[in-house]
Amino acid sequence: MITTVLIWLPIAAALVVWILPLSRYATGSLAVLVSLAEVGIWIEQAARFDFARSGLQFEQRGSWISDLHVSYHVGVYGFSLWLVGLTVVCMAAAISYGFWVGRDRSRAYFGLMLFLSGTIVGVFTAQDLLLFYAFFEGMLIPLYILLGVWGGAGRLGATVKLLIYTMAGSLLMLAALVAYGLHAGTFDLVDGPTSISRWIFLGFMFAFAIKAPFFPFHGWLPDSYREAPPEVTAILSGVIAKAGTYGMLRIAITKFPEPTSYYRTLILALAATALIYGSILAFRSPDFRGVVAYSSMAQSGLIGLGLFSGVGLGLDGAVLQMVAHGLVSTALFLLAGTIERRTTTGLFALLGGMAKGRPALATLLMTVGIISLAVPGSATFAGEFLILAGAFQRAWWWAAIGCAAIVLAAMYMLRLISGVLHEARGSTVDDAALDLRAGELALIVPLVAGLVFLSAWPAGISHHSFAGDQPVQAVQGQFK
Amino acid sequence: MIHTPHVDWFAISTILALLGASFVALLGAVLVPRRLRRRFAATVSALGFAGGTLASIWLYVESAGGHRVISDAFYRDRWTALGQILICITGFVTTLMGAEHVARRNDDHIAEFFALLLACSAGMAFFVGSANLMVMFLSLEWLSIALYVLCAIDYDVAGALEAGLKYLIIGSFGSAALLFGSALVYGSTNHIGFAEIAAAGGSGDGLLVLGLAMIIAGLAFKMSAAPFHMWTPDVYEGAPTTVTAFMSAATKVAAFMLAFRLVRTAFPGEEHLWSWAFVGIAIASLAIGNFAALVQRNVKRMLAYSAVSHAGFIMFGLAAGTPLGGRAMVYYLIPYSAMAFGSFAIVGVRERELGVPVTLDNIAGFGWERPFLGVAMWSFLFGFAGLPLSGGFTGKFYVFSAVYDRGWGWLVVIGVLATLLSLWYYIAVVRAMYMRATEPEVTGGAVVVAGGAPAREPLLQAAVAICLVVSFGSLFAVQPLVELARHAAGSLF
Repeated sequence: MITTVLIWLPIAAALVVWILPLSRYATGSLAVLVSLAEVGIWIEQAARFDFARSGLQFEQRGSWISDLHVSYHVGVYGFSLWLVGLTVVCMAAAISYGFWVGRDRSRAYFGLMLFLSGTIVGVFTAQDLLLFYAFFEGMLIPLYILLGVWGGAGRLGATVKLLIYTMAGSLLMLAALVAYGLHAGTFDLVDGPTSISRWIFLGFMFAFAIKAPFFPFHGWLPDSYREAPPEVTAILSGVIAKAGTYGMLRIAITKFPEPTSYYRTLILALAATALIYGSILAFRSPDFRGVVAYSSMAQSGLIGLGLFSGVGLGLDGAVLQMVAHGLVSTALFLLAGTIERRTTTGLFALLGGMAKGRPALATLLMTVGIISLAVPGSATFAGEFLILAGAFQRAWWWAAIGCAAIVLAAMYMLRLISGVLHEARGSTVDDAALDLRAGELALIVPLVAGLVFLSAWPAGISHHSFAGDQPVQAVQGQFK
Repeated sequence: MIHTPHVDWFAISTILALLGASFVALLGAVLVPRRLRRRFAATVSALGFAGGTLASIWLYVESAGGHRVISDAFYRDRWTALGQILICITGFVTTLMGAEHVARRNDDHIAEFFALLLACSAGMAFFVGSANLMVMFLSLEWLSIALYVLCAIDYDVAGALEAGLKYLIIGSFGSAALLFGSALVYGSTNHIGFAEIAAAGGSGDGLLVLGLAMIIAGLAFKMSAAPFHMWTPDVYEGAPTTVTAFMSAATKVAAFMLAFRLVRTAFPGEEHLWSWAFVGIAIASLAIGNFAALVQRNVKRMLAYSAVSHAGFIMFGLAAGTPLGGRAMVYYLIPYSAMAFGSFAIVGVRERELGVPVTLDNIAGFGWERPFLGVAMWSFLFGFAGLPLSGGFTGKFYVFSAVYDRGWGWLVVIGVLATLLSLWYYIAVVRAMYMRATEPEVTGGAVVVAGGAPAREPLLQAAVAICLVVSFGSLFAVQPLVELARHAAGSLF
């Protein structure tokens, strides 16, 4: 029941916002309140979650299309619990950011953000393939409009790329899930058997590889990440990209063990390419958002390395990295938004020297940046270390490639930090560009606090994602 | 001595209700004073369709075991009743829209409009239940002639006469093909009853195969499936938008439901032939409909080509020919009819605001100007594209399941690619409505737009709301609707 509430509360709130003619303040306040209520409900759920027990928890099942054995079936596992938490926390920050900057057409805007929030939670909790697909596609609708209406100057091209790329993947997934479900006689993810069909596996992987994105399916990424409003980009890279990697873990690896091992080398190679290539592109990017955008592609590749290493350490590390990078990426894009509001630009050529006289901004950006480049002791370091240890168990050279990427991460992140905060004062940075205000701090500091907490206790996630802390057995047993 | 057959009046009560209302509306054209005529005719029409809906629901409940009535000429079963329900509901929302939209410059023909609409729906209600080739042809002519006139009823509007004439000529061609095919089938089997044709066998008879092919071609004209779709864009564009909306929903329902019954009951022995014929037509419709829609600027034409491509999707269920295929086809028709009607109705609103054909340029900003209609429009368009916002999503899932179940996995892939292609032109409309600024010149000059708030059009908004509820509700209430379809299809297997 609590899972259903997490999904449908924001969607119901979205309908309320669309129907009732509330004022801008009332609409924004309602949206922020609902998103905070989501966080509260999730904390309640996490507190009641039994990490020692295997199998689905907070489960709810109802009939939808019994004709074809499709049901409304939701519930959470350890790893999905963390991803739901990531979603509600990041959505709360993003919605508050939208309220803070005062987006126009507020009823449409907040309704769409709430709707998006509900569908993302749905993706992470759906235990029926068609339901999963419905939410996976459903995310795209608000995203498309948010990007197309509130985005930057090049938004129209960006929306077309986003929609066509992701729908191409999703529709192949629809074909794959029809094939899987009709063969298995059920669309239920918990009851469904494993399959050895390589075509069906590829259909699913294609969709997830686009969403994540892996090389060479990242064509939509730079435009969307640059043109979307910063808070939407934060959700896109922090949370929605994780839906791709989550799908790999929950469906591709779990339901298709034989095709997974058959294509393992290919997928690891694509993930490693995303990691290296994304890092290089991030280093070459001329602007703040470009760096973070390509770095999230690189991080998706890293997570893919962990997932497809097929060993326990890699899987643990991948889940930890999904959450940690989600928080990092959300915080960075929101910071990018605050900087763009002050200077109208994210280009390093026009920025610089912002540390002077802006201690709060400098401290936050520095902290998040340092965590992002995986300095030892940080949550992302723990995640990357686990993933690389897992990749090493698969073959040493995967780990070697991953280590190279850590060096690259340091290069692009330090370039970003110095480009914004240090060096000579940029032409767009003047005294009118004030330090972060209390409202902005209230949005970003909790995200950073979460990161610091995870840095102190990464085992909170990495030891609590799979039942009995035995990832490989859990995956082989299909989480039953 | 000719025997008068026993008539089961209840079996044709829907048709009688519609015809009776049509008669009253026609009388109104003569007897009711002009200022009251629109209100009178619309009320009669609404009552007629409401009565028809109730009668067909009752018929559905009472006809669990299907059988033929009136000298074995008409099926009294749930398949017929379900088709009639869908047609009557479509007619009802058409009445709501027509009351505000048809022939508004002069009220001369408003009563005739409703009389024809009712008569046409009665023909469709007869068509879906026909049990022999003769009744099928007669009812097809009945509904077609009414439609020809409806298309041209706003004869002072540019293009309406042209649309009516085009439809008449090409439609007659389709009817002739159907008639010729029927004659060949009769010549081969010596029977006109569907069940008797099947019993006569004659499998492998060249005459029968040719006859079947011509009947399929004749029906494909009505379904606006490629390559028999040539009339669709011109007629959909030129006809009054109310009529276009009605045609896009009701004609498809009638043609597809009859086609499924026909091939299942009369030609079960030729399944290897017709299923592949339908697969071919479906692929042609998907290809032609989607590629042609990509290049359209006129929104009505674009929606017409989208109707062609959806005929392809619906035909997946027909081609499968299995019980699952039947359920998928009927289920798909429900949200599809609602979305098709609703989207044309909204285009009709814009058309009325501007007084010029709606294009991707002059629909700019519509979403923000008319929030409710804008939201409805994008939800219909996304539903067409199979995004999970309406029953269009589950409908696609169902037809894909049906053809996959039949063993045609490759057809699912074709369907998926076609869906991807269709996304391009659906989002073009959404983009135009929400993401482009209104430019002063798009209104087509100050002459047309008098300024001020647009007409409130409460009835039309109600019609769109009904479509929205149906398309949205069918996503959640899949199983109840599928049960309806299952019971209906039960009489065919």
